[in-house]
Amino acid sequence: MDNQLKRGLLDACVLSAIRNEDSYGYKIIKDLKPYVELSESTLYTILKRLEDAKMLSVRTAEHQGRLRKYYHITAKGIGRIDEFRNDWKEIESIYRFIAGEDGSDE
Amino acid sequence: MNKKEFTEQLRNRLNGLPAQEIEDRLAFYTEMIDDRTEDGMTEEEAVSSIGTVDSVVEHIMREIPLNTLVKNKVKRDKKMPVWAIVLLVIGFPVWFPICISLLITVLSIYLTIWIILASLFIVDLSFGISALAGIVAMVTAFIQGNIAYGIFSFGAVLILGALAVLLFFGCIYAAKGCVWLTGKMLFGIKSLFIGKEGA
Repeated sequence: MDNQLKRGLLDACVLSAIRNEDSYGYKIIKDLKPYVELSESTLYTILKRLEDAKMLSVRTAEHQGRLRKYYHITAKGIGRIDEFRNDWKEIESIYRFIAGEDGSDE
Repeated sequence: MNKKEFTEQLRNRLNGLPAQEIEDRLAFYTEMIDDRTEDGMTEEEAVSSIGTVDSVVEHIMREIPLNTLVKNKVKRDKKMPVWAIVLLVIGFPVWFPICISLLITVLSIYLTIWIILASLFIVDLSFGISALAGIVAMVTAFIQGNIAYGIFSFGAVLILGALAVLLFFGCIYAAKGCVWLTGKMLFGIKSLFIGKEGA
C-alpha cells in the first residue's frame, strides 16, 4: 500500500482505539488486532508522531507495582479522526472510479 | 531469551541514539512484555512475540533520521579527553583532506552511477529519434520510387524501434536499481552511527 495512505490510515486507527477511553500500548495492539496487525515498533512510531502533533497526551500511572503509559486523545486528535472520515468519502469516490463502478458520466 | 536479556541486548545495540530516546524505547518494550506476561504469556513467549533484537533495531534504524544520529554523535564526541582534542587539532592537516577526499569519492561514485543511467536514457532517446527519422526516409524513398532504399529503411526502422523499446525497459530497471542502491547506501551510512560500539 502507498506509504502516505497507510500512515494516515494507521494514525486514524490508533486514535480511534483511544477515542472512547484512555488506553495503553498493549491494549491498543489487542483492540486493533482484528483489523490491523501492528508491531510494537510500528505502534511506538505512531504514538510518538501523534504525541508530537499534540493529537494525544500521555500520562504515566502505576499499575501492579510498575509504571504504565496511558494515552488520552485530545481535541486535535478527535479533529483528525473527523478529517480522516471526510477524506475517506473522497477516497471512496476515487475508488469507485478506479474500479469502474461509477455509473454516472459526469 | 528473558526480559532482562532482551532489554540489555537492545540497550547495547541502540548505543548511538540519544539517551532519552533509548530510555523511552526500552520503557515501551518493557511495558509491552510486562503486559503480555500479565495477560498469561510466559516471559519467553512475551519477548519472542515482540520480535528479535535484530528486527527491532532494524526497524528503529529505518525510521530515525540520519541527522539525529550525526547530531548525537557530535554531541557525545564533545566529551573527549584533552589529549584527543590536541591530537585532532595537530592532525587537522592530515585528517581533513582525507575526510574531504573520501566524501568526494563517495559523491563522485554516486554521481557516476546516475550519469551512466542518464546516458542510457539518452542513448534510448536517440534510438527512438533515429527510428522516426528512418520512417521519414522510408516514406520519402517509396514516394520517389526508390523501392530498394525504402525496404532498407523499413528494416532499419524495425531494428531501431525494437532497440528503443527494449532499452527503455532496461533503463527503467536500471533506474529502480539506482533508487534501491541509494536506500542501501543511506542504510549503510546510518549503521556507521548505531549499534556498533556496544555490540
